[in-house]
Amino acid sequence: MPESNVIVITGTRKGIGQYLAQYYVEKGHCVVGCSREPAGYDLEGYSHYTLDVSNERDVVKMFSDVRKRFGAIYGLVNNAGIASMNHSLLTPLKTVQRIFDTNVMGTFLFCREAAKLMRPAKCGRIINFATVATPFKLEGEAAYASSKAAVVSLTEILAREYAEYGITVNAVGPTPVQTDLIRSVPKDKMSRLIDRQAIKRFGEFRDVSNAVDFFLNPQSDFVTGQVIYLGGA
Amino acid sequence: MRDRILEAIFRAIDDANDSFAPADRLAKSAETVLYGPGGNLDSLGLVTLVLSVEREVDDEFGTPVSLADEKAMSQKTSPFRNVGTLADYIEVLLTENANA
Repeated sequence: MPESNVIVITGTRKGIGQYLAQYYVEKGHCVVGCSREPAGYDLEGYSHYTLDVSNERDVVKMFSDVRKRFGAIYGLVNNAGIASMNHSLLTPLKTVQRIFDTNVMGTFLFCREAAKLMRPAKCGRIINFATVATPFKLEGEAAYASSKAAVVSLTEILAREYAEYGITVNAVGPTPVQTDLIRSVPKDKMSRLIDRQAIKRFGEFRDVSNAVDFFLNPQSDFVTGQVIYLGGA
Repeated sequence: MRDRILEAIFRAIDDANDSFAPADRLAKSAETVLYGPGGNLDSLGLVTLVLSVEREVDDEFGTPVSLADEKAMSQKTSPFRNVGTLADYIEVLLTENANA
């Protein structure tokens, strides 16, 4: 069994992140969450940091504090992510930078700092978030899908770099789940997307936690560098 | 400040030496070559030492610093060339942090 039961989850103010924070607290884990805004809820066994995941100084400071409070961590779930559904010809560069800052830079920074706290115990689980939009090559999601393609590449390479420290690095690629992330996407577009899945329905929070559970499991220590796309993408 | 930085690095060297083979262990001196020609560390050994140094500096000064640097693997300008250059680099980072 791992020495630490601390799991860091990003983007926990709402949606899948909030669900995962509550889910893992209920399973007996100490959960450390973060988001740009305060969480807006209290949970025993849950502590929250208010920061931008792409701000290196704040992220380093947060992990320094986590080290002093908990010593080590066992898991990291890089859930924080933003999307923009727009034709590339109508997408401002600022939007692309914002998406890459959160989805790629944020994921990189959290992986780097988390691995430092996992390494001494030679045991850790990192789960990044990909998306079915990447293998589906969806028009209108160039910035979002390409940022998540970068996350897949990061996952595959960090899996090799961290393997000797007993840290696995994998990714879950959810289908659309009914959260704020897809709130502004037209219904017909969402239907066409879901039609491309092998299993034609929206994802649910439990579908995501089921895949995260598998990667977090101490017995999954021979599984690394993999992406599980939900819904049969 | 520099003496405290050197002491922090020496504690990190003690810590890192535990995981190094006897022939690769580092001496606690400002002149000790770390990485590159004449250095004892390979890239993984350097990672081990740098992470220990980050932890010791944070504990000593209460200021977390990230010693990641794009010149890390450079033969000529790496801040990880020897213990003295590493101390210089940490001093710059701590000063930058204090002024931020």
